[in-house]
Amino acid sequence: MVDQDLIENDEPLLVAKSLSKSYGRIAACRDVSFALYPGEVLAIVGESGSGKSTLLQLLSGQLAASGGQVSYRMRDGVTRDFATLGEAERRFLFRTDWGFVHQDPAQGLRMAVSAGANVGERLMAVGWNHYGRIRDTASDWLTRVEIDIARIDDAPRTYSGGMRQRLQIARNLVTEPRLVFMDEPTGGLDVSVQARLLDLVRSLVAELHLAVIIVTHDLAVARLLSHRVMVMKGGRVIETGLTDQVLDDPREPYTQLLVSSILPP
Amino acid sequence: MTAMIDVTDASKTFTMHLQGGIELPVVSGVTFQVDPGECVVLSGPSGAGKSSILKMIFGNYRCDSGRIGIRHCGASVDLAIAEPRQVLNIRRATIGYVSQFLRAVPRVATVDVVAEPLIVNGLARAEAQARAGELLHRLNIPERLWRLPPATFSGGEQQRVNIARGFISDLPILLLDEPTASLDATNRAVVVELVAEKKRQGVAMVAIVHDDEIRHLIADRVVDVTSFAAAA
Repeated sequence: MVDQDLIENDEPLLVAKSLSKSYGRIAACRDVSFALYPGEVLAIVGESGSGKSTLLQLLSGQLAASGGQVSYRMRDGVTRDFATLGEAERRFLFRTDWGFVHQDPAQGLRMAVSAGANVGERLMAVGWNHYGRIRDTASDWLTRVEIDIARIDDAPRTYSGGMRQRLQIARNLVTEPRLVFMDEPTGGLDVSVQARLLDLVRSLVAELHLAVIIVTHDLAVARLLSHRVMVMKGGRVIETGLTDQVLDDPREPYTQLLVSSILPP
Repeated sequence: MTAMIDVTDASKTFTMHLQGGIELPVVSGVTFQVDPGECVVLSGPSGAGKSSILKMIFGNYRCDSGRIGIRHCGASVDLAIAEPRQVLNIRRATIGYVSQFLRAVPRVATVDVVAEPLIVNGLARAEAQARAGELLHRLNIPERLWRLPPATFSGGEQQRVNIARGFISDLPILLLDEPTASLDATNRAVVVELVAEKKRQGVAMVAIVHDDEIRHLIADRVVDVTSFAAAA
């Protein structure tokens, strides 16, 4: 079993090489390199302005890098430089193989159309056209993210913050992506709602063997969800390693400050 | 016989940057081996570095120098320099760790908390839950609690859930950090029994136990941690 996994996971899914981004004279992201493997959850932590959101945008192809490159292993097993992909291949990534969960669900959802349509839309974009099958799959996903099926025809603007976020997750996962980017997914939520969402994300990630890159300033979120963390400060990765190692035995002054700033439970 | 754990000259110092960069030497020159079927107990007063050594063997604390040799899938791997992915693989297939406290995941039922290590290694859920049930039963956790998350349990109950989770898998190395600290006599006896069974299965164990009686019952060898005291 383990050997099997080792073989399957031997090739990274995404590789970043010397990624940089500057805005004029300000370097938002400097020389970031790492490899992400299938099923691996990587947390990018750091305070506001550390460059973590810029990095996420560079990695997910939403922002062009000033230097360096991002390569991705496509479903045919060939690893390709994102910058050289054609329009159709990019669309495939955005619509199918990747998911992006925004902090504000309003950015990732269409607030005025029904929840069912929000989920079904991603399927139609990849060519599904049988209404019954789309609706069944959408209902199935609403159930998986613990949204009452009776609410399927309601628009997300009538939903609570926690429900919206769960709907956004369903919309992203319905096409069975291999990689999901998450930008502070629990950011705007009450603590009790956060715990439920984290628990849900944790089990879905394990079940679907998803690779995830999650940006968070909350170290508790990183601890609960991620295998590995990268700590960012001033656009640079200053410390990286196994999540429990970095959080229990932080080396860098800044990481020690972050860890010591957690309020005791 | 080939040792399962082979620690050579490992050392660890904490540098406290927020306290003006003072250095806290924890241990140095840590050297010992553990063979299959053997239970080594680390002894020494509080603060001598016993837990730190256990955490270094689990890859939770980093080593400043030295080697943490672990026999993993037939080969010897130095955990001190292993890549994060490799450490995770080693934890999944080779090293189990029973910490003092259960890190409870909010909504997961007790029986699933215990069964998880088996499910991760590919066992069917029903079978894993059945084995979890057996172990919970042995550790005297009443069946009516199995479907509840352990977060609201008493300290002793949580520790028993934690022990069940640690002992359920068939990993060849187990690290035990005070597994009997908050247990009554009956349950301490169960843990002694579980340790004896693991020995018969050839599992290599490193344990921290403060209770002299338990130490006599489970230790094949005692390693005195004060000899690894780091020069301040």
